[in-house]
Amino acid sequence: MSKKPEKKEVETTGHSWDGIEEYNNPLPRWWLWTFYACIVWAVLYTIAYPAWPLLNGATPGILGFSTRQNVAEEIASVEEANAAINDRLASAELTQISADADLQSYANNAGAAVFRTWCAQCHGSGAAGATGYPNLLDDDWLWGGSIEEIHTTISHGIRNETDPDARYSQMPSFGTDELLSKAEIRQVVNYVMSLSTEPNDPAVVEDGAVVFADNCASCHADDGTGDRTQGAPNLTDAIWLYGGDYDTLITSVSEARFGVMPNWNERLSDAEIAAVATYVHGLGGGE
Amino acid sequence: MSILDKHKILETNGSLLFVFAFLVVTIGGIVEIAPLFWLENTIEEVEGVRPYSPLELEGRNIYIREGCYVCHSQMIRPMRDEVERYGHYSLAAESMYDHPFQWGSKRTGPDLARVGGRYSDEWHVDHLRNPQSVVPESVMPKYGFLEDTLIEAEHVRDLMETNAFVGVPYTEEMLENAVADFNVQIDPWGDYDGLLERYPGAQVRNFDGQPGISEMDALIAYLQMLGTLVDFSTFNPDASR
Repeated sequence: MSKKPEKKEVETTGHSWDGIEEYNNPLPRWWLWTFYACIVWAVLYTIAYPAWPLLNGATPGILGFSTRQNVAEEIASVEEANAAINDRLASAELTQISADADLQSYANNAGAAVFRTWCAQCHGSGAAGATGYPNLLDDDWLWGGSIEEIHTTISHGIRNETDPDARYSQMPSFGTDELLSKAEIRQVVNYVMSLSTEPNDPAVVEDGAVVFADNCASCHADDGTGDRTQGAPNLTDAIWLYGGDYDTLITSVSEARFGVMPNWNERLSDAEIAAVATYVHGLGGGE
Repeated sequence: MSILDKHKILETNGSLLFVFAFLVVTIGGIVEIAPLFWLENTIEEVEGVRPYSPLELEGRNIYIREGCYVCHSQMIRPMRDEVERYGHYSLAAESMYDHPFQWGSKRTGPDLARVGGRYSDEWHVDHLRNPQSVVPESVMPKYGFLEDTLIEAEHVRDLMETNAFVGVPYTEEMLENAVADFNVQIDPWGDYDGLLERYPGAQVRNFDGQPGISEMDALIAYLQMLGTLVDFSTFNPDASR
């Protein structure tokens, strides 16, 4: 800005409005050439990339750019890079994964990623579960805690309608369907509480034991330790899925619970299921 | 440059300026609007996409009423991270019966384009009642009040007719059976063969587990069908679109 342009006569545009005239200064050259370059760029761009809408779709562009193809290629390249270890993981005996350090480490990391994407919404990002959604950190398993059982549960899910091989069982609604009277439900709930903690009303525990033996023992076992083949929880360990207080147990016995888990065999690959099974098995409670 | 020197004629003649300005706007308008007449050629044909069943449509209305779209988009973009998190990228056809569509790029919550079948109905009930009970880090508000409002089917046919008016191919048969289809979709013991014939892939369940058809039922019916209509094991989308 140090050099001041010499003042010289500049042509006017010839417009004159109420005696006011307009100088006709040329546009700065750098600006003008940038402008022309932009026009050329725009034309070349529409030739190179998808651009003009025509009657039967848009022009594809000579570079063949396609976001769909890009994402397919990107996913394919990642899958190819992992193909060898994924194949090994998918074909490995589940119980042998832990014997292979490489495979174990890959499965744990891949499984953690799968868990955070697909499982954390119910079982919690730390796998500690929530009311109605099992804690996967402890050693209390509804359907079995060996890696094969965990794998089956993840693959086929529980009580869903989409996989005929889903794990299935249904507790009767003893209250809603009037299979037991309110008094009997109170008795059996007190008995169940007595198995792990202090019952609400110790006087009816003995009556409750009879009700339990007649109605509950076939699934929850005579001693209340449950039956994993039916997903019947252990009632003696003071670990409760829906809550172990008196009111919640009354609701559980009266209305029954029907926890559902989706089958993941349609959404996840064999390797991903093996990985997440390894991860869950390794969280602390795996058998 | 001689023609450019004549602009004084236009600039000093109001009527002529109006005529030429109108011409310019018309050309611009045609260039922008005409391609929309062939908009359908941008939607690839996809097997399985059907209009919403009456209950799902009602659920969609509740979704829009409650402003779910403010935080949730329904558009999985063709990028690896989105495809791996949410599932196959969305196709235009999957929202072709949406009025208005639920696309978007602002996500406070996750994308819901393929949320159908991802969680159990019970999870949706728990989560709508109190999102923090299942996802402690969530900032979503509670929607438990949806359970308290039962829906009568009296306006569902009007709703479908309105959608038909803007181009959703609801047939006369669908309109006539609107109320019956609405009521039977939450009744697994009812006669829902007609519903399944008219809306293939519709899910029949008591979605909220409570008697009556509440807004919760309708919303969960809608959420559970999102993104489930196209079978990507048999359908391969065009590579370039």
